[in-house]
Amino acid sequence: MAIIAVENLHKRYGHKVAVDDVSFAVEEGEIFGILGPNGAGKTTTVESVTGLRRPDRGSITVLGLDPRRDRAELRQRVGVQLQQSRLQDKITVSEALALYSSYYRHPADWRQLLERLGLADQRHTRYGKLSGGQQQRLSIALALVGSPTVAVLDELTTGLDPQARRDTWDLIEQVRASGVTIVLVTHFMDEAERLCDRLALIDAGRVAALDTPAGLIARAGREQRVRFTPSTPLDDALLSGLDEVTSVRRGGGQVIVTGTGDLLHALTSVLARNRIVAHDLRIEQASLDDAFVALTGRSYH
Amino acid sequence: MSTLLRITIVEARLFLREPTAAILGVLSPTIILLVLGAVPALREPSKEYDGARFVELWAPSALVLGIGVVALQHIPGVLATYREHGVLRRVSTTPVHPGTLLLAQLVVGLVACLVAGALVVVAAWLVLDVPLPRHPWTFLAAFGVGFGAVLSLGTLIAAVAPSSRVAGGLATLVYMVVMFAGGVFLPRFLMPDALVRMGDYTPPGVQALLTAWSDSPAVLATVGAETGSTRIVQLAIMAGVAIVAGAAAARLFRWE
Repeated sequence: MAIIAVENLHKRYGHKVAVDDVSFAVEEGEIFGILGPNGAGKTTTVESVTGLRRPDRGSITVLGLDPRRDRAELRQRVGVQLQQSRLQDKITVSEALALYSSYYRHPADWRQLLERLGLADQRHTRYGKLSGGQQQRLSIALALVGSPTVAVLDELTTGLDPQARRDTWDLIEQVRASGVTIVLVTHFMDEAERLCDRLALIDAGRVAALDTPAGLIARAGREQRVRFTPSTPLDDALLSGLDEVTSVRRGGGQVIVTGTGDLLHALTSVLARNRIVAHDLRIEQASLDDAFVALTGRSYH
Repeated sequence: MSTLLRITIVEARLFLREPTAAILGVLSPTIILLVLGAVPALREPSKEYDGARFVELWAPSALVLGIGVVALQHIPGVLATYREHGVLRRVSTTPVHPGTLLLAQLVVGLVACLVAGALVVVAAWLVLDVPLPRHPWTFLAAFGVGFGAVLSLGTLIAAVAPSSRVAGGLATLVYMVVMFAGGVFLPRFLMPDALVRMGDYTPPGVQALLTAWSDSPAVLATVGAETGSTRIVQLAIMAGVAIVAGAAAARLFRWE
């Protein structure tokens, strides 16, 4: 059974429809992405899933619970990191973690969390004095301090520098490896592509597509292109005979192969069988950006 | 340990890390009273006040100052900031209701006011020879309902103000009225009689504090003695303001 099931969610604020019709299901142990441009209705969707908002229509089940009716139980088992929620400026890292861990029935060891999130040196630092990345990590730590089954993380890396973003991504993968199901809300394509097992692409309050990142990209219908320099002369027929390959060209001393599906794997297998090494191998691929344009008919940004 | 107690302890630590709140709210009433007491003319009995001493007459206003700073400057600011910064939103994602955080904040405010009040009373007694409150229970009751009334007003402002800036502006306005009616800016015996009587019924009720504190005939001759029934009416009004404004604040509080 799905850990989270959302069916026909609808929410409006006054005349403005924030979420028109959103349905999706999250399976146990996956990183499920909710991707879409700013204002697409992502935050309202997760606020409804976590019981912070009452949807106007539709049904939501999380761990078999109704987020509004069973909010007390839900909060014990779902960790939430929301955007735009700061802590008191003068509270120290360890004070915040110790306090928040006392809210839960079965808290995680917060000292261990400190180590894991690389905040051990900041344990006596006040929240207001932390860098953006450190504040974000503390925020993730607070979402995990109750040993949740599900963690909902909204706009995790907004405002972080590139290194801090990559560190945060590694951290999320570690968290998933420890068995936590993760719902990741993001407007960053690269983040969704890198982390998510499956994605709901949300546009103007509706689910435009629901698939794996690779599946979404494939739907964009653009071919992949692989270019390389073979170590020994190569017969084009060797490659053009493959199902995945649509064309083989030569240019600039390189072989340029276009194709679909698992093109790279097919190519490298056949090259390996023939003991040819591909030097300077480059892959040019369609991205989620292309997928978004293909699926919604609009540019993402 | 209960969650409320844990949160209150943390909030109390945060309060002490806020130098302006701790110094202005808790220490300044005592400091100002002692500075005024250092002036001989204000320390000694004066014919102008029917033989009463200025410091004795003004001491309850020092309490009003402490209550005002904590309940109308500090608390509304903190509550509005907690909402604006999403601190309350963060708590609402945990098993704890964000109201617990507000409650903890009010407890911290109450304790800060009690400490500020105790400092004023003890300093006045030890340094300025102002006797300890003659009717201690009435005094405590007057202090309690008076603080409750002003605090409820401060919380109500924080509850409905759309931003911490607006909350700050509104709270300052009410603060000015409370300070003026409480005789902090201008000693009450210099005010027109109508204003003084208005001040009797303006939270936190400086007159009830004064008459519960002192029963020296000179003091009572200056500010007017009170019958038991007037005092009950005054306390009842404070309690009423506390309950009505408090209930409205709880009902209207915007969580985000």
